[in-house]
Amino acid sequence: MACDDLDIGPSGSGGLKVLKNGCAISRSGFERPLIEPSPQIDGKDVPLSEAIAAAAKLIRESRLPVFGGLGTDVDGMRAVMPLAERSGGVVDHALSGDAYRNLRVFQTSGYLTTSLTEARNRADLFIIAGGDVHKTHPRFFERIVCNDESMFAKTPAKRTVIFLGEGLDESAVKGDRIGEVLTLACKPDCIGEIVDAMRALAKGASIPAETIGGLPRSAVEDLLARCKAASYGVMVWLPSSLNFPNADLTIQAINEFIKELNLTQRFAGLSLGGSEGSTTVNAVCTWQSGFPLRVSFASGKADYDPNRYDASRMIAAKETDLLIWLASFTEALNPPDTDVPMIVLGTPHLTLKRTPKVYIPIGTPGVDQDGTIVRVDSVVSLPLRKLRQSNLPTAQNVLASIEAAL
Amino acid sequence: MLIKLTGGKVYDPANGVDGEVRDIFIENGRIVSPSPDAKIAHEYPLHGRVIMAGGIDPHTHIGGGKVNIARTLLPEDHIGHEMAATDITRPATGRAIPSTLDAGYRYAEMGYTAAFEPAMLASNARQTHMEMGDTPIVDKGGFVMLGSDDFFLRQLAGKTDFSAIKDYIAWTMHAAQAIAVKVVNPGGISAFKFNQRQLDLDEQHTFYGVTPRDIILTLARGLQELGVVHPVHVHGCNLGVPGGVETTLATIKAAEGLPVHLTHIQFHSYGTEGDLKFSSGAARVAEAVNANKNISVDVGQVMFGQTCTISGDAMRQFVTSRSADPKKWVVMDIECDAGCGVVPFKYRDKSFVNALQWAIGLELFLLVNDPWRLFLTTDHPNGGPFTCYPHLIRLLMDKSFRQDAMQTINQDALKYSTLASLDREYTLYEIAIMTRAGPARSLGLMDRGHLGVGACADITVYEDNPDREAMFAKPELLFKNGEVIVRNGRIVKVVNGATHVARPHYDRSIEKSLKKYFDNYQTVRMENFRLSDDEIVNNGRGSLIIQPTKARVA
Repeated sequence: MACDDLDIGPSGSGGLKVLKNGCAISRSGFERPLIEPSPQIDGKDVPLSEAIAAAAKLIRESRLPVFGGLGTDVDGMRAVMPLAERSGGVVDHALSGDAYRNLRVFQTSGYLTTSLTEARNRADLFIIAGGDVHKTHPRFFERIVCNDESMFAKTPAKRTVIFLGEGLDESAVKGDRIGEVLTLACKPDCIGEIVDAMRALAKGASIPAETIGGLPRSAVEDLLARCKAASYGVMVWLPSSLNFPNADLTIQAINEFIKELNLTQRFAGLSLGGSEGSTTVNAVCTWQSGFPLRVSFASGKADYDPNRYDASRMIAAKETDLLIWLASFTEALNPPDTDVPMIVLGTPHLTLKRTPKVYIPIGTPGVDQDGTIVRVDSVVSLPLRKLRQSNLPTAQNVLASIEAAL
Repeated sequence: MLIKLTGGKVYDPANGVDGEVRDIFIENGRIVSPSPDAKIAHEYPLHGRVIMAGGIDPHTHIGGGKVNIARTLLPEDHIGHEMAATDITRPATGRAIPSTLDAGYRYAEMGYTAAFEPAMLASNARQTHMEMGDTPIVDKGGFVMLGSDDFFLRQLAGKTDFSAIKDYIAWTMHAAQAIAVKVVNPGGISAFKFNQRQLDLDEQHTFYGVTPRDIILTLARGLQELGVVHPVHVHGCNLGVPGGVETTLATIKAAEGLPVHLTHIQFHSYGTEGDLKFSSGAARVAEAVNANKNISVDVGQVMFGQTCTISGDAMRQFVTSRSADPKKWVVMDIECDAGCGVVPFKYRDKSFVNALQWAIGLELFLLVNDPWRLFLTTDHPNGGPFTCYPHLIRLLMDKSFRQDAMQTINQDALKYSTLASLDREYTLYEIAIMTRAGPARSLGLMDRGHLGVGACADITVYEDNPDREAMFAKPELLFKNGEVIVRNGRIVKVVNGATHVARPHYDRSIEKSLKKYFDNYQTVRMENFRLSDDEIVNNGRGSLIIQPTKARVA
């Protein structure tokens, strides 16, 4: 969500501390101690220049390098792209699998969506479809759903929040602004059926079944009535949580339902994905290459194929002879456990199961260096600022040096 | 190093030069008048060639969130149009929604040196500038959108002091690093969020009570008093609506003599005559434009083929989505700021409606007398990709070519347009006005769009080919800042263009109310909403050219 209202100060022990408006994710990121290990070749410390030369040699000699992970910001991706182009490589983000649940829908039928500020001020109904927003976007409810102020009324109407799914944490939905909070318990892979049924009911179809997607028909009819009564409803989904075969069809059902509601009223979707810079990196790839991620430059031209150039598939199938793994944000973006030779450009907090051929620790945008990131709704991008003195090089500088040494 | 371009026929309307054979001298990126004994370091013999300033596209959607949405939506637009890297250019993919790299390369290859993104959302300005920053060779600039943003509408509805409204307009131009201000479906993007489905010129916004007329007049007067050179850039109400011509004529009247630029008027010149209740209103619009010297326009010509429409006008694009081809589309409500709609579209020459749209655009070109107030655009990519310009220029310059083209389209459409009766053929001088001198003057680009001493040496050299399409598609030479960038239609050097901005004066106390607004309602802080110079300069990726504004009045 790229929250820019955090107060961050010195921790008193040389590091940083999130003083205000923190969440689990921001605290673990900003409060990580600064460590500055040496670059390595085959596990042995070397000067940065040697590591760069070795990386350049590996890339030069690779027949099909894959640039994966891609946890980076705009300028980092701006450096990945020309290197991938010149080396005939493939670009793909570690979380593209989630993103493609959305992109497949986007590329076959489209969307009708809203952005964070719009939802925060305008929505009177939120439906949270299938995911624990809490875990991936810890401040979503506080900032977008439970806010007291709305631009459009001094005392804004109470909001209804409906959770559609199983085992979802409602605890963050609280405060004066919140009216009803309901949970409709269903399996995530039943959401599509429920939404499709609402779409059919809205068109006047009659559904004789007593249960729809595990819910009593009356509950589905009630949900539809609430949608129809909303002055501005927002249905939120998490592509990462809709993790079952053909989940894109669920996302498509959501969007087609929303599009049809808009023939007579206003309603919008809001997808919450975008962790580890994936929204940012996809945006840069799209404007520079003309295609979203999963592009190969092996032919010298941009070749787009979301199935073929899925990095995790290529690694598993041994279709690549070199993985360049970039992970500058969280320590969770560890490289895959593979015997494909690897160059790792990562935050020093990564856990490396295997020794990479070349390892270059890099700084984190917004902590060790300035940067820019595109927010989850793909609308707003925000500047990130350097907060501490560190000797860790930036991804873009390392990548540019590698490119220069190719 | 002094460079001499010898013996070309120079078309430089800003300086009244109409095809005279003249030598042009370049030094340090500028056009100079050297002393007679100065040593020429390099001479280009250009006898018989046509020389113009570099082309300037004043309305082309080349960057920003909605363009990236379109790229994502339509990978099929790019498949088969991938360009391999060369020694100096990077891989690029093109056609209707080109990659940023492709847009820069193709504009340069066509002899253009500047392109302006006309629909930059303030909330999306950072990404728009990042995309423009990755658009090589050409200079660029953005028009920031106002008029459906809630801060402005609250000011207007709350009858805020006019000088505070001007402060906000100017603040937004600074914050978004804009050179001009655009209004799209004035108030209508916001009204759509309240489930209003149309907002005519004098219709009230259901929540704010203001009308598009109020919004246009406030912005027109505000920008004039702020001294911003380019007048308010108006994408009017009722885009694409049969009968929209009445709104357009009323909007021209509503301007009350204030300078107003009406963009892509082709889409706003539709009448309701005939069996299909769709006819050309071009003659009436052209007459009104001719009679009102305060009005300038660009056409937004429709060209046949597959394209993708990209607009901030979420209200109208939601309606257009019924005609999406292929059947997929995206509409977004954005940040209490604006919206967008991305709808793929196929213009067919055999379709009555599309053929008439094509004819209406050409009629407007041929019926508006003053090329200084009419700019050549396809509203890229809404009417068609900018790479169609050479073809469009030939349609305007070559009557028999135009008549041949008319034979191939839906013949019923021609019955509802005056196109067949129009004999006008544009001259090279007029083309140079429409594609160079006019846009530069309108946008306030001091040293661009002309070839006088002191001008930036952005120069295009064409072969004087009677096939004007071939001529304008592939210039022999393009100089950018005095350097040869294109030779025989091929890029020989890649440079980074600059970003034009305008910075009218504002009273910083406006930030008090803005800060409160951001803190209470927005999801970014005011300080981060604002785009710094460093973000554009970005270690040499870009540079800024601050174009002068006139003194602010009150």
